[in-house]
Amino acid sequence: MSENIIQVSNLSKSFDISTKQPGLKGTLKHFFKRETKSIEIIKNINFEIKKGEIVGFLGANGAGKTTILKILCGLIYPSGGKLSVAGNLPYKRKSNFLKNITLIMGQKQQLIWDLPPIESFYLNAAIYDIEQTEAKKRIKELSDMLEIEKELYVPVRKLSLGQRMKAELLAALIHRPNILFLDEPTLGLDINAQRNLRKFLQIYNKQTNATICLTSHYMKDITSLCKRVICIHEGCITYDGKLNKLLKKISPVKDVLIVCKTDKDAIKLSNSGFVIKNKNQKEITITIKKDTFKSALNEILNKFDIEDLYINEPPIDEIIGNILVKKKV
Amino acid sequence: MNIKKYIKIYSLFLFTSVASELEYKSNIIIDFITAILSLIGSIFLLSIFFQSTDNIGGWKFEQALIIQGIYTILNGITNTWFNPNLTEIVKHIREGTLDFVLLKPIDSQFFISLKKIAPSGFLEIILGLALLIFCIGINQINVNLGFLILCLTTLFCSIVILYSLWFLISTTTIWFVKTWNATEVLRSFLYVGRFPLNSFSLSLRIFFSIFVPIAFITTIPSEVFLGLAQQWKILLELIVSGIFFLVSRRFWLFALKFYTSASS
Repeated sequence: MSENIIQVSNLSKSFDISTKQPGLKGTLKHFFKRETKSIEIIKNINFEIKKGEIVGFLGANGAGKTTILKILCGLIYPSGGKLSVAGNLPYKRKSNFLKNITLIMGQKQQLIWDLPPIESFYLNAAIYDIEQTEAKKRIKELSDMLEIEKELYVPVRKLSLGQRMKAELLAALIHRPNILFLDEPTLGLDINAQRNLRKFLQIYNKQTNATICLTSHYMKDITSLCKRVICIHEGCITYDGKLNKLLKKISPVKDVLIVCKTDKDAIKLSNSGFVIKNKNQKEITITIKKDTFKSALNEILNKFDIEDLYINEPPIDEIIGNILVKKKV
Repeated sequence: MNIKKYIKIYSLFLFTSVASELEYKSNIIIDFITAILSLIGSIFLLSIFFQSTDNIGGWKFEQALIIQGIYTILNGITNTWFNPNLTEIVKHIREGTLDFVLLKPIDSQFFISLKKIAPSGFLEIILGLALLIFCIGINQINVNLGFLILCLTTLFCSIVILYSLWFLISTTTIWFVKTWNATEVLRSFLYVGRFPLNSFSLSLRIFFSIFVPIAFITTIPSEVFLGLAQQWKILLELIVSGIFFLVSRRFWLFALKFYTSASS
């Protein structure tokens, strides 16, 4: 059993946010006397993350996912509760702690815009006390994995978004952190770039046993990387557990499209008691509960003369989209 | 603090900044021309003031040129270090890129104060130094080691005061988010430093000595240059610069507790 590397108990965070009424009157009022409200963004949440785990934080915009990541990496002071990341209080930002973590934000960049990324890598290496020969070795290793050897010497401003994101990853990983906080790392990338990035993260996790905390609105990121997800709704955890279990719980049915050989078989099938979702001559779509799926499929194959059969899972984006707006899963 | 590490990092800051600037050759040339024209313009303005009188506030034209020389050096330092870095603080905070700075195992104040340099400001520093050397000749100043140490000390203190003031204002961005105007006001006050403090009315002298200590920044180093400064003034400048630096440091560390980062 691996140890918990992140422990969070009763964590909360409030922000003072000013509100403004529309129109000139509201603007003048806002200028002279601001009305501020304390809003609890994170509400007494508890969770633990084991070393080497990849955990996806799911939630709608403004649910509090990024705030949680920023508290965990030490950027934001929590308002209450206890937390420990690799045995440290993150907000103290001790040097040893900072050398152990990294934060990658899909929409922000740290590379020097006018210079090739290699210059930023050497600068980061010096900041993290990495000798130049060792830095060269790590840059070579990571650039091979990320397949950006050629782009190392091209000014950042000339790189495509995908190449730039890979370079950002290299800059963020040169010190070989054990904990990675990724805030929408695939934002704006094309499908191939997204796939490459996910592949890289899988390999990095396998090779280094690094813990990865990830937020993303691309469900493919979550499904291909995370076995465990934490769902956040209005600052509260609504689900914490295996992604498979969640999907089973939320979507207990599968759709099966059956192409019958004859019209007679199609009529026979539609009158056999299955839940018919759609019917188009010899093509019938039926909905089967996941727990009776095997027996139902056996029955169809044995009793009816069928030409073809397609099993469709409901689209994951749709399922997770429904989870995000639920107070309780 | 590991001094060797910080020197190494600073040398990389220097290299990357110069390399970035060299990507835009014409911009550097324009900056160089601006620096030369700015100095000529300032001396011309000063000479107009002295056309109808021999002295302003007890300072002759040749002596007032020393203030201009020190102002030019400080303006060069401002343009080389303060302007590219300290104005970026506002951007860092507004856009949330301060996150990257705070998550590095390095002093955040060091990082955001010295990350960039604008090499074009070097020309202003050289021009200011050249003007001061010229002033040594026309004012027949006796140069010795003690004189040099005092000059450099007071000049260093001036730089520290200017930096601390600017940094203090920029730090307030953590609460107010946008403080471009405040740093612009500070730059405007610095223009005042081109003229001897005695040339202003008593109320302005008090304002520029206590509230915005621009007087310390140019007048005292100039007085040291001319051998006119009393010891207590030099000591006071040392104390004021020390206090300002400490306050700016403490204020930064305090402000970081309120940093909320930008939304993603």
